Amino acid sequence: MNLFCVGLSHHTANVETRERFAGHAETDCILRKAGCAEALLLTTCNRVEVYGASDKHVSTDDIARCLASKLEHDPHDYAPPFYRYEGAKCVQHLFRVASGLDSMVVGETEVLGQTKKAYETARASGGAGPYLHRLFQRAFRVAKQVRSHTEITRGSVSVGSVAVDLAQRIFGQLGNCKVLVLGAGETSERTARALVSRGVNDLRVSNRTLDRAHELTRLIGGRAISFDDWPEQCREIDILITSTSSEAPLLTPASLGPMLRNRIDRPLFIIDIAVPRDVDPDVNEMEGVYLYDIDSLQSVAEQSLALRRQQVAAAEAIIAEHMTDFVDSISRGLNRDTPPAEHPVVEEGSLRASEL
Amino acid sequence: MALRAGIFRPSQFNFLAIGLGFIFQTAFLSIRGHTLGRCPLTNLFEVFIFLAWSVALIYMLVGPAYRLSLMGAFSAPLVVLLQGFALIVPIDVRHPVRLHANPWLEFHASISLVAYGTFALACIAGVMYLVQERQLKTHQLRSIFYHLPPLTDLFAAITRLLWWGFLLYTVGLVSGFFVGHPLPYVQVICALGVWLLYGAILQGRHLRRLAPKHVAVLCIIGFSAALTLLWGITFTAQMPSTP
Repeated sequence: MNLFCVGLSHHTANVETRERFAGHAETDCILRKAGCAEALLLTTCNRVEVYGASDKHVSTDDIARCLASKLEHDPHDYAPPFYRYEGAKCVQHLFRVASGLDSMVVGETEVLGQTKKAYETARASGGAGPYLHRLFQRAFRVAKQVRSHTEITRGSVSVGSVAVDLAQRIFGQLGNCKVLVLGAGETSERTARALVSRGVNDLRVSNRTLDRAHELTRLIGGRAISFDDWPEQCREIDILITSTSSEAPLLTPASLGPMLRNRIDRPLFIIDIAVPRDVDPDVNEMEGVYLYDIDSLQSVAEQSLALRRQQVAAAEAIIAEHMTDFVDSISRGLNRDTPPAEHPVVEEGSLRASEL
Repeated sequence: MALRAGIFRPSQFNFLAIGLGFIFQTAFLSIRGHTLGRCPLTNLFEVFIFLAWSVALIYMLVGPAYRLSLMGAFSAPLVVLLQGFALIVPIDVRHPVRLHANPWLEFHASISLVAYGTFALACIAGVMYLVQERQLKTHQLRSIFYHLPPLTDLFAAITRLLWWGFLLYTVGLVSGFFVGHPLPYVQVICALGVWLLYGAILQGRHLRRLAPKHVAVLCIIGFSAALTLLWGITFTAQMPSTP
């Protein structure tokens, strides 16, 4: 029995090409008509992949035709750059995908959930048999091990999540934090939403147009504050998200100093996502104030990504170890794991002997 | 090394390792105590071992309670340093005369050393706070950043450790006046100096005159002063006649 993977991903195809081959609910059945004993379709925003197990060779063209079945044109008109992995390479590729190593953002964990969902769908439809069952179960184990034994998922890699992560590193639980959103723009709304989702209960919104502030509070909760009153709020709040269109800085060390006088033991976290900036950079030099502008948030996100990339080698080592073990075990047959009852019985064979 | 490599992961194993070390320390102090017929604080060697034991004890009490698991990564080297020094340097000198048991003196010495252990932990928490604070200020977040506790949690732990240390130190200091013979004048003045320093830190914290960062720095300075005092007390000629 030969394990193989045919697909295209963000590495090889642009989004337009990927959407043309994004597949359909019935695709796995079609694939079986193409001659696969087992087939599983994995579709995410970054990849369209078919994992199959077959005694005979199933060509990439056949797979592409199945994936493009609803297109009017021949799939080769688009010259899609399909890749193909067989045997051990296929095993390694799936382990890398499930562990987030092949993702656009290295270490992201969403792909593992999508892989599990794809497996469940294939299992329910009868597309995944004993070979794919073992392959995917092992892939889930590998992904879990990679996540727990390396720092591949460490840190946040988007501006919003970096801001929330930093807030938690300063305050711990966010339930008691008071947050002021100054300027009800789209980015500040997203950041405020992220903070609320992590437990923030006390949210205040101030905007030059009070109606917009009210509108935002209706959407995400909290209360609207008149724009004239926001400086007073700085005495009470723990987190300030600012994104006004002001040309001059709204906060300077001179204006913030008196507000901080009675809160020496309480940190103030300022997220300035306005361009031009709302807060004078010198404010970061003040005791207990942690100022992050859009560039510094971006820089932290990049540091997290760099940290994750440093962990790739360790993750690859885990994957290599599992790949060798998996190939060995499957070459000895399927006796070690009893296939689930609902799976069709596939004749045992030596993967290594026949195809690897 | 693990911290530098960015792969440190706090685990139950670390805590168990320190726990195991603590059991061996306790066994050693117990055997030594039985041999001497009194609290084993008769020379610099025993003082260092007792201090290392106190650090391990307070860590095991405080670490899990305040979820400061990484504190072990900072405490363990201090324990190793204290014990390594005690074992390498020839300071395990037997007192020429068998010292008689003096419950007040032994209580004074042992409670003071546990207070030093608490101050050591406050110092370690202070270092952790400064590391975390520095990274947040400079926007340079390394792997350790994601393992260290939040700033506010660290500061709460520092404050509690300072209060406990101060309380124990006060008890130790007061009990020193009941040992039955006058303590050396310089020793008392220095001990009062350390007590006043920690009292001032706590007062500054209570009145909100000191920023958390300054409290963290003062914890390090305070422990350095306490350690110097301890060294002075035990290293000078007073040691053979006092614990």
